[in-house]
Amino acid sequence: MSTPLLSIKGLTKAYPGVVANDNVSFDIGEGEVHALLGENGAGKSTLVKMIYGLVKPDSGSMSLRGAPYAPPEPRAARADGIAMVFQHFSLFDALNVAENIALGMENPPAMGDLAARIREVSETYGLPLDPFRTVGDLSAGERQRVEIIRCLLQDPKLLIMDEPTSVLTPQEVEILFQTLQKLRSEGTSILYISHKLEEIRTLCDHATILRLGKNVGECTPRETSARDMAEMMVGTALKTPERSGREFGEIALDISGLSVPSPSEFGTSLKNVHMTVRKGEVLGIGGVAGNGQDELLAVLSGEILTAADAVKKDGQPVGRLGPVARRRLGLLTAPEERLGHAAAPNMSLTENALLTGSVREGLESNGFLKWAETQAFAERIIKEFDVRTPGPENAARSLSGGNLQKFVIGREVLQNPDVLVVNQPTWGVDASAAAAIRQALLDLAAKGTAVVCISQDLDELMEISDTFAALNEGRLSAPRDTAGLTVDEIGLMMGGAHGMEVAHV
Amino acid sequence: MDLSAINPVLLVASLMVAATPLLLAAIGELVVERAGVLNLGVEGMMIVGAISGFAIAVETGSPWLGFIGAAVGGAILSLLFVVLTQVALANQVASGLALTLFGLGLSALMGQSYVGIKPPAMGKLDLPVLSDLPVVGPILFSHDLVLYLGIALTAAVWWMLKHSRAGLILRAVGENHDAAHALGYKVIRIRVMAIMFGGACAGLGGAYISLIRVPQWTEGMTAGVGWIALALVVFASWKPWRALLGAYLFGGVTVVQLNLQAAGVAIPVEYLAMSPYIITILVLVILSADKSSAPASLGRTFHASH
Repeated sequence: MSTPLLSIKGLTKAYPGVVANDNVSFDIGEGEVHALLGENGAGKSTLVKMIYGLVKPDSGSMSLRGAPYAPPEPRAARADGIAMVFQHFSLFDALNVAENIALGMENPPAMGDLAARIREVSETYGLPLDPFRTVGDLSAGERQRVEIIRCLLQDPKLLIMDEPTSVLTPQEVEILFQTLQKLRSEGTSILYISHKLEEIRTLCDHATILRLGKNVGECTPRETSARDMAEMMVGTALKTPERSGREFGEIALDISGLSVPSPSEFGTSLKNVHMTVRKGEVLGIGGVAGNGQDELLAVLSGEILTAADAVKKDGQPVGRLGPVARRRLGLLTAPEERLGHAAAPNMSLTENALLTGSVREGLESNGFLKWAETQAFAERIIKEFDVRTPGPENAARSLSGGNLQKFVIGREVLQNPDVLVVNQPTWGVDASAAAAIRQALLDLAAKGTAVVCISQDLDELMEISDTFAALNEGRLSAPRDTAGLTVDEIGLMMGGAHGMEVAHV
Repeated sequence: MDLSAINPVLLVASLMVAATPLLLAAIGELVVERAGVLNLGVEGMMIVGAISGFAIAVETGSPWLGFIGAAVGGAILSLLFVVLTQVALANQVASGLALTLFGLGLSALMGQSYVGIKPPAMGKLDLPVLSDLPVVGPILFSHDLVLYLGIALTAAVWWMLKHSRAGLILRAVGENHDAAHALGYKVIRIRVMAIMFGGACAGLGGAYISLIRVPQWTEGMTAGVGWIALALVVFASWKPWRALLGAYLFGGVTVVQLNLQAAGVAIPVEYLAMSPYIITILVLVILSADKSSAPASLGRTFHASH
């Protein structure tokens, strides 16, 4: 076998209290699409940061085409032909596309020439972009194009992509894959980081699987089933959530003709939204982030007030009621942002349990708090939802993302809601915890609760929801039965590919 | 009331002088804020610049050395802010306020033996023919050189921010320091340089007051100009030419109202005294109605976590 493009041997990096990478070794061949698979916290990001020169390894070595490679900073990595598309985009909102791209280059040409080159490359790879638009006004897919073009302008030998598809519609994903395949055919190697197994099976030639910082195996994704890869990733057999066939009851939540302007400048206004959810039904709402999800949740939770009969629970108008009154009626919500919206970071779990549980669990009387009951409630959440924490007196901030998510979802589920609305219930949660949360939502529905699950994870929605609707620029599509829905149809409901076209070469 | 006592030519000439300390301090702070740092210590750096410049000019007899000393003094004081906010990662608002209080106290201590002394005079531009032109001459061609330096600095900062790579990197650091760090730019180093530039500019502005505008030293003589400079940067939407416009407007209204007071206009003095603030704020608020907003990382502490 010829010399690999990049060879990693025994890389180790420890942070106080945690070993992010423990003796990781693998090779990336020339023109190979190599997948790096792992759960959140498995050490994928630390590993690529070492390759990109942002983090120095404690021990171990890398070699690039046989020569020793140890970039002291990203600049050196870029000079050696390593380019990276970040998971959280490293873009500057107030600057235009050309300025953003110039910032990522060593010796950028004059702005005029650069703009011409951006146009040329974006045409070639089917990623149309106007170099003079302000990045803050671009959609998530377009922002990603900026990052990709920034990399392509430097003729990289190795392109690192950190979870590139999490913000794209299925059609946009397909076009991205065509671009990547074209790059591979030109001899560029790609290190592709993801936990979406089907994507890796379509795209990648080889996969390395990380678990808790260790390389736990390699495989050829095309010949391995998604389930096997998932089990290598998690380390245990996965439980698929079970859904029991059930009858839907009468309509529990009814939204009709709802239009609300967004409270924030960069938000999306909701436009003429209609939806109904019956008792025992799980309604999944898909769509790319920023299409009105936060506003919809705020309308349901009572943070944004609407006309009284735009939102009805069991036929009763609740549009003018605030969050506490709605909780009393049994309409509960769990927002997306764990720290700051769903939980107060510096308060203990007991205090956080009180914040949403006081009304339904009777945790206060005459203005006095019942700490003993509250603590018992917090302990019940911790026990039933397997929240890993030394005890309820710990601050919400001290919990890992997945554990805190289990806590905030569990807190609402245990209050026996009539209607539960969750936004991104398993975002940033590892696979086994995600499965537990989904199972809890299904169990709740089986008991007759109407569940609305807003999520960007289509696999999740397909797994748990009975009906599916998509939010696109503040409009909600007509709901469809999930059974028999194809990915293409979902993509069209989500608004298709925003102005993308296929590579021209 | 005798409005004819007001000479419009002298009025314009003196408004430029009144505006220059404000302009210098505001341009410095503008660069600092564009790099994402909020330094509320402008007043402190100005007054320290005022006394360092005054003392050095008196001791050496050269106003030029005085101005250089003022810039160095302001920059040295800003290093204290650097240590607090960029090294110790302290809160920028609190550190800036502390810097102002510290600067006021320090300058009073430094200036004890300089009260009542006259500094050496600064030469004025004297171009043959041009400076002798009626109207245009006194307005455009017969000021001290530091005044022209202020205008040149505004142009240079504008050009640097808009057209140079250094300016692009500076703006990038102020917009999103995490992204700039991920691309490999030295966020802390760039900010330290910006803060020191701001300190030097504030020092120059302070010395302009003590060496040219007033020429003498009294405690607390900057009298809030540093705070106006801070407000000016915000109302100018972080744009250099608007800062110049705002500074001249403020200087202009200040000079006009002083002249009106002297002419005995029948408007209560309190209203005249507040007019520069109100008019400047009004005009700049109207100007800043467009969508330009603050640098997104302004005032946020950067900590390289990876």
